[in-house]
Amino acid sequence: MALILTREQRMLADSVREFLVEASPVSALRALRDARDPDGYSRGLWQRFAEMGYTGVLVPEAHGGLGLGHVEAGVVMEGIGRQLVATPFLASAVLGATALARAGSAAQQAAWLPRIASAQAIVTFAIDERPKHDPDAIETTARRTADGWRLDGEKRFVPDAHVADAWIVVARVAGDAERAGVRAAGGARPSGLARDAAPRTRALFLVPRDAPGARVERTTMVDAHNAGRLALADVSLPADARLGGAGDDAAGEAALQVTLDAARAALAAELLGVASEAFDRTVRYLNERRQFGKLIGEFQALQHRAAHLHTELEITRAAVLRALQSLDEDASRASPAVSVAKARACDSASLAVQEAVQMHGGIGMTDALDIGLYMKRARVAAELLGDAGFHADRYARSRGY
Amino acid sequence: MTTTTSTDFATGVRAWLQANCPPEMRRPVTSEDDVCWGGRRFRFQSEAQRLWMQRMGERGWTVPTWPKAYGGGGLSPEEAKILRREMAALGCRSPLDSFGIWMLGPALLKYGSEAQKLEHLPPIARGEIRWCQGYSEPNAGSDLASLATRAELDGDEFVVNGQKTWTSYADQADWIFCLVRTDSTRGKHTGISFLLFDMTSPGVSTRPITLISGKSPFCETFFDDVRVPRRNLVGELDGGWEIAKYLLAHEREMISGIGDRGRAKPLGQVALAQIGAGADGRLAEPMLRAQIARFEIDEAAFRATIERTTDLLRAGEANPAAASMLKYYGAELNKRRWELMMACGGSDALEWEGERSRDGAIARTWLRSKANSIEGGTSEVQLNVVAKRILGLPGA
Repeated sequence: MALILTREQRMLADSVREFLVEASPVSALRALRDARDPDGYSRGLWQRFAEMGYTGVLVPEAHGGLGLGHVEAGVVMEGIGRQLVATPFLASAVLGATALARAGSAAQQAAWLPRIASAQAIVTFAIDERPKHDPDAIETTARRTADGWRLDGEKRFVPDAHVADAWIVVARVAGDAERAGVRAAGGARPSGLARDAAPRTRALFLVPRDAPGARVERTTMVDAHNAGRLALADVSLPADARLGGAGDDAAGEAALQVTLDAARAALAAELLGVASEAFDRTVRYLNERRQFGKLIGEFQALQHRAAHLHTELEITRAAVLRALQSLDEDASRASPAVSVAKARACDSASLAVQEAVQMHGGIGMTDALDIGLYMKRARVAAELLGDAGFHADRYARSRGY
Repeated sequence: MTTTTSTDFATGVRAWLQANCPPEMRRPVTSEDDVCWGGRRFRFQSEAQRLWMQRMGERGWTVPTWPKAYGGGGLSPEEAKILRREMAALGCRSPLDSFGIWMLGPALLKYGSEAQKLEHLPPIARGEIRWCQGYSEPNAGSDLASLATRAELDGDEFVVNGQKTWTSYADQADWIFCLVRTDSTRGKHTGISFLLFDMTSPGVSTRPITLISGKSPFCETFFDDVRVPRRNLVGELDGGWEIAKYLLAHEREMISGIGDRGRAKPLGQVALAQIGAGADGRLAEPMLRAQIARFEIDEAAFRATIERTTDLLRAGEANPAAASMLKYYGAELNKRRWELMMACGGSDALEWEGERSRDGAIARTWLRSKANSIEGGTSEVQLNVVAKRILGLPGA
């Protein structure tokens, strides 16, 4: 497959761009932030996302979605990145939709996918339990009961947690852990090459927001995008709350991997959008700002840094598209490409926003200018679902060292 | 080309290659010494090497897409692609490496007179004449247009005086294509001409350049009242800079392939083999492991970028400075690769002589790689090009 967007994908990119510049420019994020908006996102905008079909980009047509692929999801995410749009797109349209499409039972899919596509429901995904993303460090436990499950544990850094109608929670099934002997002394997690191959006992559970024992705390984040913590204390769930029903461990693991990778690649696309917009604004500034009797863009030092950054962004763009296409081709084998993309996107975005602030000089440090908002979102998106270090390490492990 | 004709063509090619490519020529080139450069004084490594060059040369398949009238194969791009594929399938190595093929040929095809094409292209195709490139001078490197080697017209001949440097294989080449100054009164770009002459002409001498990595093919070349027939001027008098630019872009694309080593050993595997793994099965040096992981990620992304650039070109969305971006990044990537190779090799890689280190092969390649960001347009020049042609930055 050629490493370029198809004509349809380019048309989608153009319409996303046009739509978001009009419907949700960066000022919209400012407004949500400054008003301390309780939802943290615009319901009206989310409805319009549904009308455009974006909410259902990864939802199969049978369930009311567009039934498109990860490249299309990435196109939307890049547009979101460019305008710093705060919406439940990553949470619901990517994470929720993918988890349900991959691991949901027929009943779960029928109950949730159409409502995700129509923006009637938001479903998010809860995995992190520590400050650094580590899918192997899961202590949230699900114990079997006579009529279902009991969930105990804490989750953090959950996108759109406080506005979600349900959270898909990653937990270890109790009993399986002891059988598989996966716990090392002191709860240390496996760190070697074999890490990925450690016995898998993780499963996905659909927890409705009103489940007794479940509490959500909204966390105001650096980037003014929604995130939250979950406290699950003896949360009672019916048997069919486990994604996939009775649950085939291997299938559950595969679904977890694909869901995470889909979101990581989507984030890489968003980071590319954040970086590209920050860069474009910086080049514009180099062509406007005068000091010492000339445009600052005439100074070779800045020209070289800008040219270097442009090169890095082009290389990241190729890697991101490769990852998205890999997911569309065979999601079960896309992990290495996804790690390349996320690692690159984190680094490129970090460079882009830092150069952006620096080259804008003093005004780059003001809240009045949008550039700082790009830096903030880049940092949060980089940390989500594995930063550059996490993915570099995962890539190395995938290549045997 | 229809499917049936292309299948027929492929079949024909395959049969011919089977019958005419000596078995020894179906093994990849493993060292510089294996390369066939041709030329009057070339000492073939083996009869097989000579035969392979000769047979492909006679057929014009050393230059498949050049017109038959000039010694080429007269193949269409699709046919040339089929030829490449069949050669790859059989493992046939290139029959002839040549600056005449890569650089002068394209320039003559575009700017040369009919007489010049007929005189010079067929010997290039047959590997009979070996060419070198006279561009850089001690005082004209990045600022090539400031070159000072003079060519003064005296009747029917130019008289050339001056000096070139970084002339690859000048001491082994038969002819030189050379940038000379034919007018010093106007701007530096407007007084340059493109001249061809025989390296055995009286007044031409060469001196090899030793690099920090050891022996190199580079030479200094001196011209002391060298007389060159006027008919060896390519293109217009004082119009040589345009030809030079055309070739420089070409050269850049060649070198930009450096960073993309489809066949290079994965660095992580090299490290494991040389350093070993810890109890957890992972490379025993964690800091090095992190650097290698970052490198391999960038390498994978760079490969994707090369692919994407080709795909964009095919789709008609050529980036004006793509070659510069690729050359810039590819060169820096290759330097990183060899820094890591040295790190993996530890003190073993520091032995400069002896069989154990193959006379310091890794160290020499590490040192040689430092030139990648200098030759073919420095990284700084490439960044200037990107700043000017893509970003449109002012006064660039």
